[in-house]
Amino acid sequence: MRFKLMIVLAMFILSTLFGGVGLAQDMNEVTILYWQAASILNPYLSSGTKDNDASAIVLEPLANFGTDGALVPVLATEIPSPENGGISEDLTSITWNLRDDVVWSDGSPFTSEDVVFTYEYCTHPEGGCVQSDEFDGIVSVEAMGPHQVTITFDSPKPYPFLPLVAQTTPILQKAQFGECLGAEMAACTDANFAPIGTGPFMVEEFRPNDVVTYVRNPNFRDADMGKPFFDRVVFKGGGDAESAARAVLETGEADYAWNLQISPAVLDAMEAAGNGQIAVAFGQSTETLWINPTDVSPDNPNRSVWMADGTNAHPFLTNKTITQAMSMAIDTNIFGEQLYGRSGHATCNFINAPAAAVSSNNPCDQDIAGAIALLDEAGIVDTNGDGFREYNGHELRVQYQTSTNAVRQNTQALIKQWWSEIGIDTELRNIDAAVYFGGDPGSPDTFQKFYSDVEMYTTGSSSPDMEGYLGNFRCGQAPTPDNNWTGSNTPRFCNAEYDALLDELSATAGEAARAALFLQLNDLLVQEYALIPLVYRSSAASAFHNSLGGIDMNGWDSEMWNIEDWYRIDG
Amino acid sequence: MGKYLVRRLLTAIPTILVISFIIFAIVDLSPSDPTGNLPLTIPPEVRAKIREALGADDPFVVKYVKWLNQFFIAEPLNLVESMTGIGFPGSEDRTRVMSWATRGPVMDIIAERLPQTLWVVGTSYLLGVLIAVPVGIISAYKQYSVFDQVGTFLMMVGFSVPTFFTGLMFIIVFSVNLKWFPSVYDTTHVVTDIASLQKQLNQMFMPVTVLTLYFTAQLSRYTRASTLDNLGQDYIRTARSKGLTERTVVTRHAVRNSLIPVVTLIALGIPGIFAGAIITEQIFRVNGIGQYLIIAIQGGDLPTVQTVTFIFAVLVVLFNIVADVLYGILDPRVTYT
Repeated sequence: MRFKLMIVLAMFILSTLFGGVGLAQDMNEVTILYWQAASILNPYLSSGTKDNDASAIVLEPLANFGTDGALVPVLATEIPSPENGGISEDLTSITWNLRDDVVWSDGSPFTSEDVVFTYEYCTHPEGGCVQSDEFDGIVSVEAMGPHQVTITFDSPKPYPFLPLVAQTTPILQKAQFGECLGAEMAACTDANFAPIGTGPFMVEEFRPNDVVTYVRNPNFRDADMGKPFFDRVVFKGGGDAESAARAVLETGEADYAWNLQISPAVLDAMEAAGNGQIAVAFGQSTETLWINPTDVSPDNPNRSVWMADGTNAHPFLTNKTITQAMSMAIDTNIFGEQLYGRSGHATCNFINAPAAAVSSNNPCDQDIAGAIALLDEAGIVDTNGDGFREYNGHELRVQYQTSTNAVRQNTQALIKQWWSEIGIDTELRNIDAAVYFGGDPGSPDTFQKFYSDVEMYTTGSSSPDMEGYLGNFRCGQAPTPDNNWTGSNTPRFCNAEYDALLDELSATAGEAARAALFLQLNDLLVQEYALIPLVYRSSAASAFHNSLGGIDMNGWDSEMWNIEDWYRIDG
Repeated sequence: MGKYLVRRLLTAIPTILVISFIIFAIVDLSPSDPTGNLPLTIPPEVRAKIREALGADDPFVVKYVKWLNQFFIAEPLNLVESMTGIGFPGSEDRTRVMSWATRGPVMDIIAERLPQTLWVVGTSYLLGVLIAVPVGIISAYKQYSVFDQVGTFLMMVGFSVPTFFTGLMFIIVFSVNLKWFPSVYDTTHVVTDIASLQKQLNQMFMPVTVLTLYFTAQLSRYTRASTLDNLGQDYIRTARSKGLTERTVVTRHAVRNSLIPVVTLIALGIPGIFAGAIITEQIFRVNGIGQYLIIAIQGGDLPTVQTVTFIFAVLVVLFNIVADVLYGILDPRVTYT
C-alpha cells in the first residue's frame, strides 16, 4: 500500500517536472548571458566591460564608434568637424549640436545641462570617477544654448573624440544624479542601480552581480519606428564562458553569450550543432614579437636597461640583417589559419585598423632561403660547426619568452623550428600570465622588464585613433629601474624620425591625414625591426542564436551599442 | 540546561569578536586591489583616487572600528527599523556596510540572495538527510547484501566525483541532449501558481540532484558506519535475547544510539547551507551567497568578503551550540550543568 502511494507520488513529481519544459525562444524577450555579472549600472563607477555593457542598454553617449571605428551620432545631430565648424580652427574646442527631439525615459527633455553636468560629475575632485582620464585636458564644458555644448581644451586636440563619446562615457540625467557629486557619488545606490537614460530600454529590476531586467522605453526617440523590437531584455550574469556558449549554441536557452574566450576547437564543435553562430569583432589588437635592443645577459647590472649613448646594446639583435632574417623566416599565415581560426588573421603590420592606416609596404611571405642568403652574404655564418651562426664572436642564441597559453606555446614551437632552419638557436620560456602581466617591479619575469632577447604578447588600442597607442613607443619612455619599470615603450625603441612623426601627428587634424601618419609610423616600427607583427587578433567573440537578428559586432564600442536594432527572426 | 545555554551563549560573544578580528585582519592583509580589475588603460592616479574614495587606504584600525560599528550597530538598527517602521535617532547619518563593487549595502544583497541559496542548497541538504539516514541504516543492517553493495558503490561515486563534473554531465545529458531541464537558473522567477511552481521545480532539478548526491554520499557513509558499530554491541544482543521484535531492536535501540553522532554532523553542516554550494551555484548560475562570495573575492571587494565570511563564522559558532544541546536531548547520559 505504502509502496503504491510512493509510486503515485513519484509519478506526480516527475510529471510536474517534465510538463513545463520548453526552451523555445521568446518573441518579446531577449536573453543575454555575461559570464561576468554586472555589479553596477553606472559606467563612471564601473569595474569592467560587463558594467559598461549593462548600462549601454539604458544610457547613451553623444556619439558611438561604429564597427569600422567611424563615429556615429547618437544624441548629437552630426559629428563635429573643421568643415562644419564643429571643431575650431586652432583645434582647442569642439562644439556638439544636440538633438532637440530626445527625452529621458521619465519624459523630461534632454538638454545641454545634462551634458555639462555629466562632465562635472566625473571630474569632481572627490569623486573617484573611473573614466576621469577621458576628460583630461578639458578646461571647460559649456552650454551654449539648450541644445549646444562646447568643450574647450587646454591645448590643440586634433582628435577631440574621447569625452562623452562611446559607451564608457554616456550622458547622465542631471535631475537624477544632481545630488550625487563628489563624495556622495557612491552613496547614490538607487541612481547607480537604475539610472534614467535616453536609450531603448529602462531598468526594471537590478540584482547586483546576478541579473538585470529591462523593459521597453516608451519615450525612446525611435519608438515610432517600432524600436526597440523587444519588450524585455534579461541580462544574466555568472557562470563561465563555456557554459554560456553552450546555453546559446547547444541548448538554445539564451540568445546571446558574451566574450567567449574558449578554445576554438570547443567553440567550433558547439557551433556545429547549428543553433547559432559566433560573431567576431576586430578592433586594434596585434599579437607581436618584440625584439630587445639591450644587453640582457644575467650578470649585467644594467640588464635590459636602454641607454641613450648606445652602450648596453644587445650583441646582435641591433643588427638589422639578423632581425630581418628572423622576420623573413616566419610564416604568419600558419598562425592565422591553424592556431587562431576565426579569432585572428595573419598580418605583417602592427597597425591593422582603421582601413586607411593599414600599410601594404611590408612583405608578408615566408622566405627561408632568402633569409639564409641574407645572413650568408653579411658574413654571419657558422664558424665553429655547432649548427648555429655566430656574429662578432657571439653565438646566435635567443631566449624567447611569453605567457603560458596553449596557442602561444604552439606559436613558439613553430618559430623556434623556423629560426633553427636559418641557423639561430632559440630557448623557449613561458611564464604564468598573472606574473608576466602582473607588473610587479620586484619580479624578474614581467613583460616590462623584458629579461629575454625576444618576447611575445598582444597590445591594442581601444580608440580608433592611434595617437596615444603609437605614442607609447616614443624615445625615453622605456621601462627602467628609474620609473620602476612602468614605461610604456617595451621594445625600448628610439628613433628620431619616429618621434618627429609623432610631433607632426599631434598637430594634424583630419581623418585621412592622420591615417597616413599612422601608416608611416607603423612602417617605421616594422622596418626598423623593433617588433615583428604576427597575428591581427579579434577583440571580441560572442555567440548569438539563429533566431536573433540585427547583431553588428563592434570592436570599438560596447557590444550592446545597437541593441535597439536587434529583432527576432520568425521561424 | 537553561544555565548551560546562557553560559554557552555568553562565552560565544568573545569568541565571535576574536573571530571578527582575525577574519578582518586576514582579508585586509591579502594583496588584493579593488581597482585591480579595471582596464589597463586607466592610469595609476585615477586608481589612487578611486581607492581614496572607497576608503581602501585608511589605516587598519580605522577600517576595523568602522566596520564593527557598521556591522554591530548600524545594520541591526537598520533591520529593526525596516521591520517595525520605528525610526531611531540618527538614522540619516548611519553608514551601512557598503560593497566596493556595487557601492550598495552588502546586507541588502545577502537578503536578496538568501532565497536562492535556501531553495537550492537547503532543499538538497534536506533531501540528502532524508535519503542518507535510511540508506545508511539499511546498508548497515543488511551488510554485504546487494542493497549495501549498490548503495556503497553509488555513495562512493557521489563522494569521489566532484560536483563540477556531475553538474557538467547533467547539463550535457539533460539540457543539451534531452532538452528536459534548463541549465540557466532564473533567479527572478516568482512562484505564484501551479505552472510557475512547475517551472521552479524544473529549474531546481539539476542543481538539487547534483548537490543531493553529494550530501547523501557524505552522510550515509557516516550513518552506516555508526549503525554498524552499534549493531555489534552487547546491548543489542541483550535486547534480542529479551525477546524484543527485530523491528524494536533496530529502531528503538540500535538506530537511536547510532544517530547521536549523525545528528551532530547534520547540525554542524547547516551553516554550510548558508554558505551556499559555491561551485554548483556557479555552474547553474544560481547566483546565491556562494557565488556572491566568489565574485567579491575576485573583485577585491573586501567589505563584502569580510561580512559574508563573518556571518558564516557566527553561524558555525551558533550551530555548534545547537549540536551540543541536541546531543544532550538525544543521549540521556549526557547532562549539562
